[in-house]
Amino acid sequence: MSLEKEVEILRRIPLFANIEPAKLKLMAFASERVTYGAGQALMHQGDPGDAAYVILEGQADVMVEGPAGPIKVAEVGTNDIVGDIAILIDIPRTATVAATSELVTLKLTKELFYQLVHDFPDMAIEVMRVLAARLEQTTAALREARAAAG
Amino acid sequence: MESSLFKYIWHHSRADQIIILVVVLLSFPFLYLSFDLPKQIVNQGIQGQGYGADTPTRPLLQIGNPFAEEGAPPLFGGFQLEQADMLLSLSFIFLALVIVNGMSKFWINTAKGRLGERMLRRLRYELTDRVLRFHLPQLRRMKQAEVATMIKDEVEPLGGFIGNAFINPVFLGGQALTAMVFILIQSFWLGLVAAAIVLVQAFLIPRLRRPILILGKQRQLTARALAGRIAELVDGAVEVHANDTSNYERADIVSRLGRIFEIRYELFQRKFFVKFLNNFLSQLTPFLFYSIGGLLALAGKLDIGALVAVIAAYKDLPGPIKELIDWDQQRNDVQIKYEQVIDQFQPGEILDPAVQSIDNDGNGPLEGDIAVNGLSLIDDANSRLLDGVNFTAKVDEHVAVVGDSASGKEHIGQILAGLLRPSGGGVSVNGSTLASLPEAVTGRRFAYVGPDAYLFPQSVRDNLLYGLKHQPLRPNGAAEMNGESSKLIAEARRAGNPPFDASADWIDYQAAGASGPEDIDARLIEVLRLVELDQDVYRFGLSGTIDPETRPELAEGILQARAALLERLTADGASDLVVRFDPEAFNRNATLGKNLLFGTPINPSYAQDRLATNPIMLAVLDEAGMIDEMLQMGLSIARTMVEIFADLPPGHPFFEQFSFIDADDLPEYRLLVARAEKGPMAQLGEEDRQRLMALPFGYSEARHRLSLIEGETESRFIEVRKRFGERMAAEDPGAVEFYDPDSYSAAASLMDNILFGRVAYGRAQADETIGKVVTEVLQAHGLCDRVIEVGLDFNVGIAGKRLGGAQRQKLAIARAILKQPDVLILNEATTALDGAAQARLMEAVIEVRKGRGLFWTLPTPGAAARFDRVLVMDGGRLVEQGRFDELDQSGGAMGKLMQSA
Repeated sequence: MSLEKEVEILRRIPLFANIEPAKLKLMAFASERVTYGAGQALMHQGDPGDAAYVILEGQADVMVEGPAGPIKVAEVGTNDIVGDIAILIDIPRTATVAATSELVTLKLTKELFYQLVHDFPDMAIEVMRVLAARLEQTTAALREARAAAG
Repeated sequence: MESSLFKYIWHHSRADQIIILVVVLLSFPFLYLSFDLPKQIVNQGIQGQGYGADTPTRPLLQIGNPFAEEGAPPLFGGFQLEQADMLLSLSFIFLALVIVNGMSKFWINTAKGRLGERMLRRLRYELTDRVLRFHLPQLRRMKQAEVATMIKDEVEPLGGFIGNAFINPVFLGGQALTAMVFILIQSFWLGLVAAAIVLVQAFLIPRLRRPILILGKQRQLTARALAGRIAELVDGAVEVHANDTSNYERADIVSRLGRIFEIRYELFQRKFFVKFLNNFLSQLTPFLFYSIGGLLALAGKLDIGALVAVIAAYKDLPGPIKELIDWDQQRNDVQIKYEQVIDQFQPGEILDPAVQSIDNDGNGPLEGDIAVNGLSLIDDANSRLLDGVNFTAKVDEHVAVVGDSASGKEHIGQILAGLLRPSGGGVSVNGSTLASLPEAVTGRRFAYVGPDAYLFPQSVRDNLLYGLKHQPLRPNGAAEMNGESSKLIAEARRAGNPPFDASADWIDYQAAGASGPEDIDARLIEVLRLVELDQDVYRFGLSGTIDPETRPELAEGILQARAALLERLTADGASDLVVRFDPEAFNRNATLGKNLLFGTPINPSYAQDRLATNPIMLAVLDEAGMIDEMLQMGLSIARTMVEIFADLPPGHPFFEQFSFIDADDLPEYRLLVARAEKGPMAQLGEEDRQRLMALPFGYSEARHRLSLIEGETESRFIEVRKRFGERMAAEDPGAVEFYDPDSYSAAASLMDNILFGRVAYGRAQADETIGKVVTEVLQAHGLCDRVIEVGLDFNVGIAGKRLGGAQRQKLAIARAILKQPDVLILNEATTALDGAAQARLMEAVIEVRKGRGLFWTLPTPGAAARFDRVLVMDGGRLVEQGRFDELDQSGGAMGKLMQSA
């Protein structure tokens, strides 16, 4: 898979959708591509997070620790991003992600991301826009839930 | 050492000086003859004086009898010669004299030079010897850069002077006197004129030079201080950066340089004035000769031959006079230098040479008690660091010293090791006082490790063995054979240097518990394992190289490990973690340059960044018709770089990390891309083509993912690789060591030899997995220790700076343990280790020291539980001693310490 293809995938991720292609290309170029075998974990719940992973190929499970062992909460695949919270704030990983097939990811490190935001402040505005939208969605969902609970 | 330079020189080189002086004196008659001869040549040979009709011949070399009466027959009648023969004979005699004078000058100069160098060697040795004999507190007051400058630079001019010290005044004075006497004999008045001017010179010039000497002294001191300050800047670099004081330091240096400039400028002004005056006076004399001598000749009171001879002789007068004056200045100058240097090396008291004599031996194991009586220590500032400390412990006891940071605990260990002299009281070992013991005992039966032990910039092995090198035990066979060593030793003796042979084997293997060089490595590994440094050294070993010629069995083992690793990875289904170097396959994990070279460059002109200009590589690419392909690749890379790095400010870290192109060159490449896109490649200039050509060599498909090398291109590059290999074998064999699955590469590291490929780029945890599997494979082949042996050659860097703080402390402790001392003194020697590692290390050291003495100054009191005896220090006093559990429960000082810890 070529750099161009990686840029295509990055563009489909909302967080990066409105960022100039040249910047995305720099981001992809400066990022490491990491391949996982089936069963290998990208991250463990509770570990400190230092990178987000964009899935280029393959499937992975997202799991959280439950009282009776890990519970699968989601399945992710091509064009998805996991661990993106970690590159924005310092909190431990909220879930474990493990590959279920041969998994090719693009590893976006926190340092790289901050460096880019620092160099291109427009990126920060885009990120703010996306986060605000997410907040709005969450708030709306909360309002609906409250209203439903009445 | 003698306080006067002349006494020093005379004392150590009397015999040589006298021999040279005799030769100098013997040369004077010849010198006088060479003055006299021109007169004879002119008068007799050319003007034919004494020849007449009745005397067609005259005697040559007639020797008269000075004791006989006037008119008596000469002792030797001489050879009767006609005028022309006389002229030629005299000329040849003149030539012979020139040769004799030249030869004697040559011999004298060589002998003087040798004498000077010997004395310089002696002086430097003696100064260094003193540094080795200083007490530690004295050494701490000295700046190392200043000491080094003194021994290296400041005594250097002494060497030049020493050869001249006695000989020059005699030689030059004799020369001047000879010339003077000659002139006086020829013409009394001209002689008086010359003498008068010489006297003016001799009186005036030294007076004018006095201020120059004072300035010279200041120049020496300011330059020495500058050297010291510059060394401080290097040593204190962290503080300078961390405190933003670089400009303050600049200001200091600027003011110092300004001062040095002023001194030197004034020095030059004065020097050149003196030079001017000196030259003027020298030139004044010929003026007087020409005018006065000419008038005398016109008046017939002086013959022309004599005038010519006087002028010729005078040519030889200002030279020696000037040099004599120079000598006098140099004398003052070096005397000052000598005194200033010697002054620095004459502290109150230094170690008696007998304490360090090479003939001392360790006297066998220590026994009995170590008794410390009324020990007190007072520092420079008169504060009492230790006060009346008394205790007695068996030599083989394990003693812990605890206390807070102001308790003075750290000084006891240093005193026990003989490193510090107590101000009062003393230490005795089995009845004999420590102060009376030579370093052969304190340095072999004791071992001391402080918190900041020094490591020498040598290999790990050399640092470990450092504690075993007390005297040369096995002579260097090779040097002995060709007689080199005896010659060197004889010369060393002449310069008063001890005849120790640095190339001999100094290592005392027995002391380390080994029998010789063959089994010492096993001991080293044992000790490294004890301090948990073996894994670190193992890693050094994996990145180290070996020469398969000298260690064929290891190279063979590594090749087996290479095969075993492949099997193992294949069995685990992880063979894709390493992309091996396959002559028939393109390695996408390696750069194109690596793929084409397919080997490790031995000759640096085959390094990756120089391949683009390498004629063989270019020829092969051209042959395969790949040049255009390469240029297109280069253009693609340049285009991508220009596009994605365009908006980054120059100097951005990304350039260094990721770009093929320097930030500074980016605009240049932007223009290049624009030019290349306008027309066909062929139209690009040579420089543009070279720039583009250089880019693809650093490109790796797996890493950079620009889809430049795929499918068919790969196989064409493999063809290029093969052709390159063939041409190299024919045209430049040995410049590149090519990858060969069946042979060991001396240029590559052990790890690279085991992998024989690249760890696949971007495989999760590939490095960790490979590292683990490699270790397992090496273990299975019994090679781990061999790898550690290779790691022992790792150079630790200046003061061990290539190691981490904890590694340095562990290595220092390993060094002390290796020599198996009777008493091991550790003085807060593990402070850089984390708590758990400290505890493990202490456990291991206590275990290995069972039955032998251990004296440990601990940073925390809790660790004292495992010792036989605990000394509790407070404010320089020993307040409690005994077993840990007794003290801990007694509620005394120990209890308080435990609570505050």
